[in-house]
Amino acid sequence: MRENLHRFFRAARGAGVHVSPAESIDAMRAVKQVGISDRAILRDALLLTLAKSQDEKLALGDCFDLFFSQPEPRQDQPEADNDEASQDADQSPSSGAASEASQGQPPEGLGSLAQMLLSQDRNAIAAAIANASGAASLSDIRYSTQRGIFSSRILDAMGLQRLRDDLDDLTATNPALAERLRNALDALREAVRDTVSQGLALYAREEAENLRNEILRNAPLARIERRQVAEMRALIRQIARRLRERYSKPRKRQRRGHLDVRRTLRRNAAWGGVPFLTAWKRKHRDRPKIVALCDVSGSVAQVSDFFLLLIHSLHEVVDDVRSFAFSSHLIEVSEILEKKSPEEAMAEIMSKVGFGSSDYGSSLVDFEKEWMSTLTPQTTVIVLGDARSNNLDPRADILRRVSERSKRLVWLNPEGRLAWGFGDSEMPRYATFCSVVRQCATAQQLERAVSDIVATYQ
Amino acid sequence: MAEQKASTSIEAVESGLAAQGYIASRQIATAVYLSQQIEKPILVEGPAGVGKTELAKAIAAWRGMKMIRLQCYEGLDEAKALYEWKYAKQLLYTQILKDKLGEVLGGAQTLHAALDQLHDFGDVFFSKEFVEPRPLLQALEQPGGCVLLIDEIDKSDAEFESLLLEILSDFQVTIPELGTVSAITPPTVILTSNSERDLGDALKRRCLHLHIGFPEQRLEERIVESRVPGISQALRRQMVGFIHEIRSLDLKKLPSVSETIDWARVLVLLQAGELDTEIVKDTLNVLLKYEADIEAAAPQVTTFIAKAARSNVFG
Repeated sequence: MRENLHRFFRAARGAGVHVSPAESIDAMRAVKQVGISDRAILRDALLLTLAKSQDEKLALGDCFDLFFSQPEPRQDQPEADNDEASQDADQSPSSGAASEASQGQPPEGLGSLAQMLLSQDRNAIAAAIANASGAASLSDIRYSTQRGIFSSRILDAMGLQRLRDDLDDLTATNPALAERLRNALDALREAVRDTVSQGLALYAREEAENLRNEILRNAPLARIERRQVAEMRALIRQIARRLRERYSKPRKRQRRGHLDVRRTLRRNAAWGGVPFLTAWKRKHRDRPKIVALCDVSGSVAQVSDFFLLLIHSLHEVVDDVRSFAFSSHLIEVSEILEKKSPEEAMAEIMSKVGFGSSDYGSSLVDFEKEWMSTLTPQTTVIVLGDARSNNLDPRADILRRVSERSKRLVWLNPEGRLAWGFGDSEMPRYATFCSVVRQCATAQQLERAVSDIVATYQ
Repeated sequence: MAEQKASTSIEAVESGLAAQGYIASRQIATAVYLSQQIEKPILVEGPAGVGKTELAKAIAAWRGMKMIRLQCYEGLDEAKALYEWKYAKQLLYTQILKDKLGEVLGGAQTLHAALDQLHDFGDVFFSKEFVEPRPLLQALEQPGGCVLLIDEIDKSDAEFESLLLEILSDFQVTIPELGTVSAITPPTVILTSNSERDLGDALKRRCLHLHIGFPEQRLEERIVESRVPGISQALRRQMVGFIHEIRSLDLKKLPSVSETIDWARVLVLLQAGELDTEIVKDTLNVLLKYEADIEAAAPQVTTFIAKAARSNVFG
């Protein structure tokens, strides 16, 4: 049973339930208390100890039902039988299940698997499949492409080779029986395939998810497929959570700065200036103030979308975010993003300024006219765009003034470094006024960029 | 066999709680049983009014133990939850003992000798007598064990959670001046949460997680039966059926078990024999706590009564 529970924990992890070693120990203790005879109580006990939220309870409940819907290996078979059966079934003449079910119909001299199939003892077959899949370590299955190999491994472990020989013999001697056996074999193949599919559903999810996330992290944001947008949003939220955890807790230690001589003297005036009590300067730490200017024209729009989502999920870390979107002119979008769901907000922004041909010059003019005063020496200005201004006046002078007024000016460009400066890209000209210019095409680069920006305030 | 024992013990928990007027589902009973067996706190989550706090009270009454309740709120800290020094008493005693000080130090010739003598007396003022135990410490000091209810943990700050970790996993607290205080008998700890904020993983890991949702119709009927004995069976069925229909609506606050019980009491007081549109509309404010909800539900009342009556026939 312990073995089974361990496999269940793995399956639970695959289902997205976070099972730590401590929790698995708790679950073991709980199971020891309630026993395994009553499945409903067992289910409750596992749900109580392992799942820590309502979502996890649902997922784990499904996982439990799926896991225990497969027949358990029967208890009354001796352990040794399992091992032998897995190594080479034809050498271990059927003990247990097959012999108990053989009602004299199948002729002698057949392998155990053949006898089992002919006697149509479903329990025994199911038990044999479960044993064989244990021997073939089905719980290691990771990718759907491995289905074939695991199926054949399980069949081999059940003694397919011997069955084939039997089949050949029977075709010569007893064609009718051979036909029956052949049909039974087909049914067996199907059953094994189902078992493997179930195993895949149980154990492979975690790995598949990791792989998918890894690919997603490095996929170019601009060319992401529509069906992946939701997944990407989830990933961005994950990133936001990580950044929040890392940067939201102020580190108290660092706050003490140099000795404040003036305040120390004043405080100790009563003792004639002998410094009994010291006063320290406090290191002033600002939380980031961010002004984000996002290009939402054409190919950059998608990247801006994710970027804005990320920036706006950082409430605990970032004091104040003001976002602006532009293509041919510039508007403030902070309010839309705060109030609406990401999907709706983006749709509204797009309908207002999106999809135009980008004009960096006039957008910067808009910004200077109305919002230049929002910039303070604590502000980090982030511009996200490809700096392709359709050969219009780039107005780099405004960007210079922005840079002078703010703490830092960071430019994130979704295009690769090689493309900067070619065609209508004004990147080199803008770059002179930026504190940092970096490429930002994938979720991973996005995370690094935002992480760096926040870290400068720590 | 152990397994046989488990299922009967779980039934015993169920009937024990039922004797206190708390009708528990099997899952709740399993949780209570397990928490006792493997000595783990239970973290109860669920909407308001489904009997999370009642559960703790029922367990305490059933086992004949004292219940110690710690109501959490924003800004709750160590001094209010764990222990506090009795500052006033300490000050008073120092004043009174001032005269004694001369006697104690009488023989000392030098400052050094006096200090040594003082040290011999130890930290008199930071001893057990000067500790004011707050609920958490009280719970550990009960010789016969107790039920410790930490109510609405989600209302407290995240820092307070960390404070609880030691007491939850090892049933002990550390007071810097005194050392570690371990529980005489480990208390049964129940934490409740309305999921107003996400609790930390560290806290969740130390607890059994129990989610109490709205009960099924049968169970709720039994709850009403035990709480409001005066109500007829037909009316009980009908009103519980009606409430289940109401819960299918998209409302600001769905009526929970406490509202069901209140409503049953009201219906008994009004001596209603069965539900009709008139009486439901008059008493809807018992069930629904927002004006907008009442407005949303009011037009549906007649159909819901009909539905509840129909399910009554088949049920």
